Amino acid sequence: MDKNVDYSKYAVVMKGITKRFPGVLANDRVDLFVKKGEIHAIVGENGAGKTTLMSQLYGLIKPDDGKIYINGVEAQINDPNDAISAKIGMVHQHFMLVDRLSVVENIVLGQEPVRGPFFALNRARKEIKDLSKKFGLIVDPDSIIEDMPVGMQQRVEIIKVLYRGAEILVLDEPTAVLTPQETNELFEVLKSLKSQGKTIIFITHKLNEVMAITESVTVMRLGKVTGVVKTSQTSSKELANMMVGREVLLTVEKNSAHPGDEILQVKDLVVKENRGIEAVRGLSLNVRSGEIVGIAGVAGNGQTELTEAMTGLRKVESGKIIFKGQDITGFSPKKRREMGMGHIPEDRLKHGLIKTFPIYYNFILGEHDDPKFSDGVFLKIEDIRKFSENLVKRFDVRPPKIDLLGMNLSGGNQQKVIVAREIAFDPALMIVSQPTRGLDVGAIEFIHKTLISMRDKGIGILLISMELEEIFSLSDRILTIYEGQIMGEVRPENTTTEEVGLMMAGHRLEDLHQEA
Amino acid sequence: MKDWKKYILNEKVIISLISVLISLVVAAVVMLIIGKNPLVAYAALFYGAFGTKEAIIDNLMKTSPLILTGLAVGFGFRAGLFNIGANGQVIIGALLAAYMGTMVASYPFYLSIPLVMIAGMVGGALWAAIAGWLKAYRGAHEVITTIMLNYVATFIANYVVNGPFQAPGGVPKSPAIAYSAQFPNIMSVGATSLSTIIFVSLAAIVVIYVIIQKTTIGYEVKAVGFNPYAAEYGGISIGKNVVLAMAISGALAGLAGTTQVVGVYGRYFGALGGSMGFDGITIALIGQNDPIGIGLAAFLISSIRTGSNQMQIAGVPKDMVTIIQGIIIFLVATNRIIKTLKVRKRKEVVEV
Ligand SMILES: Nc1ncnc2c1ncn2[C@@H]1O[C@H](COP(=O)(O)OP(=O)(O)OP(=O)(O)O)[C@@H](O)[C@H]1O
Ligand SMILES: [Mg+2]
Repeated sequence: MDKNVDYSKYAVVMKGITKRFPGVLANDRVDLFVKKGEIHAIVGENGAGKTTLMSQLYGLIKPDDGKIYINGVEAQINDPNDAISAKIGMVHQHFMLVDRLSVVENIVLGQEPVRGPFFALNRARKEIKDLSKKFGLIVDPDSIIEDMPVGMQQRVEIIKVLYRGAEILVLDEPTAVLTPQETNELFEVLKSLKSQGKTIIFITHKLNEVMAITESVTVMRLGKVTGVVKTSQTSSKELANMMVGREVLLTVEKNSAHPGDEILQVKDLVVKENRGIEAVRGLSLNVRSGEIVGIAGVAGNGQTELTEAMTGLRKVESGKIIFKGQDITGFSPKKRREMGMGHIPEDRLKHGLIKTFPIYYNFILGEHDDPKFSDGVFLKIEDIRKFSENLVKRFDVRPPKIDLLGMNLSGGNQQKVIVAREIAFDPALMIVSQPTRGLDVGAIEFIHKTLISMRDKGIGILLISMELEEIFSLSDRILTIYEGQIMGEVRPENTTTEEVGLMMAGHRLEDLHQEA
Repeated sequence: MKDWKKYILNEKVIISLISVLISLVVAAVVMLIIGKNPLVAYAALFYGAFGTKEAIIDNLMKTSPLILTGLAVGFGFRAGLFNIGANGQVIIGALLAAYMGTMVASYPFYLSIPLVMIAGMVGGALWAAIAGWLKAYRGAHEVITTIMLNYVATFIANYVVNGPFQAPGGVPKSPAIAYSAQFPNIMSVGATSLSTIIFVSLAAIVVIYVIIQKTTIGYEVKAVGFNPYAAEYGGISIGKNVVLAMAISGALAGLAGTTQVVGVYGRYFGALGGSMGFDGITIALIGQNDPIGIGLAAFLISSIRTGSNQMQIAGVPKDMVTIIQGIIIFLVATNRIIKTLKVRKRKEVVEV
């Protein structure tokens, strides 16, 4: 029946795609039409089925039903190799890089260049340098992935796809891990790719991005397509409503804070990164209970190392961390937790979640030996399950099935599990890294409200975020970090994004004021 | 009810079963190629493993220690540790159990049996914990250290039963343990006896299942095995759990050695450990680190080995058993092959 229809002006057509996972209908007769040479957005709530749809296009999983046409021709995509031959490339929501290998090695993986029997890495290195120059994606080809900040790893993923000659690029939430500057750079890259005739499918939760660079949008909700619109004929607000099915507040409301005593003091902290270079260089800060202190900064300026040092995951070279009046610099992560330090980690799959544990096991990570959940020897499985059922409901984790393994949740729902766990643990201080990375607008609204209400209950919150908007709307004080040092402290009501932006680029607040 | 169904029909079980079937088919093809009748061979194999009372007893007695070493290796795997040193731990455990067994002659059985078992388990646990400690605090890989500890254990045992702890007589062996420390037999047929040690192995399956599934220790060990970064983030000490997991693994291997002392030989002697430590790796792989799976895998391996004599008599080389075993491991270890086959099939069905 489809035989007569002409799909030749479309780079990608997915028709009637249905995919069922045990207990979840992830894609329900989804149709997707992407014109050649356009940037097409897919938006939708966490768990709406966006990643699932794209995984089928890329051959990672197979549809239960439905057909795929590439450039008008029906395509059998059984595995990623088929997809690569069809010139489809995908940058995954969670990177698929080998941590221990270098940038070049990762990029050529699976297509290793050879000269005779030898590995011709130099040729690859040159090609990669050319590619990264051409598209403005600067990386050091010899860095080891695990030493790189997430933002950089992202670039590697994109170069990898380009290296394989992709004409159709699928980017699953590429901007979730990027700073505004990096996002702008990425957009330049995407525009130049488009001008060379490449087709781009772009998944995001950030509706302003959709408005900025896409031509058309497919909206998904609960596994179904609920709308297809031209970008020029819609607005962020309308898209948000289509996604969530209700009005969404795009900014939170909050009253002024009533901070109490200093709960956390960091004094002259020095921390090294993996390669032994100082990443935090004599940094001091403090957090009082009942306030939110935001740390603004471009990724890779010591935020990761600072967080890991405060939570006990990384060695401190010198300086002090004082929590509740006690010097905890040498304390184990466990001890810090017991004292009431909660932590939403930046890298959810590395630190936050055990993918092969069910949700209800993940909910007690860090609290598993608490009398609530263990009698010392045995886990109180019934209590744990009850607790988890509750959390899943309260935080709207979808699907609300506590037996599901962590890896079978959508990215946003994994994040909800971590946030829920840390909030339920009722900490006195919360170190929060990128709490809303990858969350849909509805969930962001919910998490923001929750953080504010925690603040109002007297919990001290240190918020590290690359998202300036998030920093501005939540923080009571903003510290800007640059190359491991604080450039200055401002209050959101007395500053501008430009001023903070300048500090993020390395200008000290004093200098800015002198110039003024 | 539903839980049981899930347990029986889960993907792991199916992969193991398919692997076993494929390996039997492949071995049959090999037999056809060398001009033997596979049906005759398999009939002989089956008869050899289950055909007589003696065969069944022999089979069960072989299964018993394999369950324990399988559990030992499997528990290590759960924590992300590859304990190749079960053999050494079996030897040290057996040696200490045998020594304790000679000390408890004046005690009643309800004291001497626990004492001997504790000695054997502690021996294996400490021996393995050395490798655990070296891994956790010195960064030495457990594969290397456990292999080396195997040699050390073998040499210690050789020295001891040739010197300070030698029984009179030609063969190097230790003195017999006290009667009160010996496990009674359930029944004897001819020269073969079924010892109550089989219950020790069955109990170990239950205990390890409970530890893995229901306890805080099991939770921590699995967390460390699955994702050490997240474990550390959750306040779980990686070092402590690596040592602990190795110790539990070693205790199981030590227990395997102990059962041979108290239930089979009544003393320590050189060949007691055999290759059961290495067999544990095979069994843990086939059983996919699941305690019940390991129990079944141990029974399977023991059955084809016990039956292999009859097969040999029927004219098919015993080595066929090694081929079968090798293919099973290969298929289980590369289970993606089977998974892919399954997915393809499913897709075809949909398209019809
Ligand atoms: N392997 C799996 N097994 C079971 N359920 C799965 C599996 N993979 C995905 N799901 C479920 O399918 C649904 C769709 O997931 P998907 O990852 O496609 O969502 P998404 O739209 O990409 O969400 P997000 O914005 O959070 O990334 C979710 O309910 C998810 O839990
Ligand atoms: Mg997704």
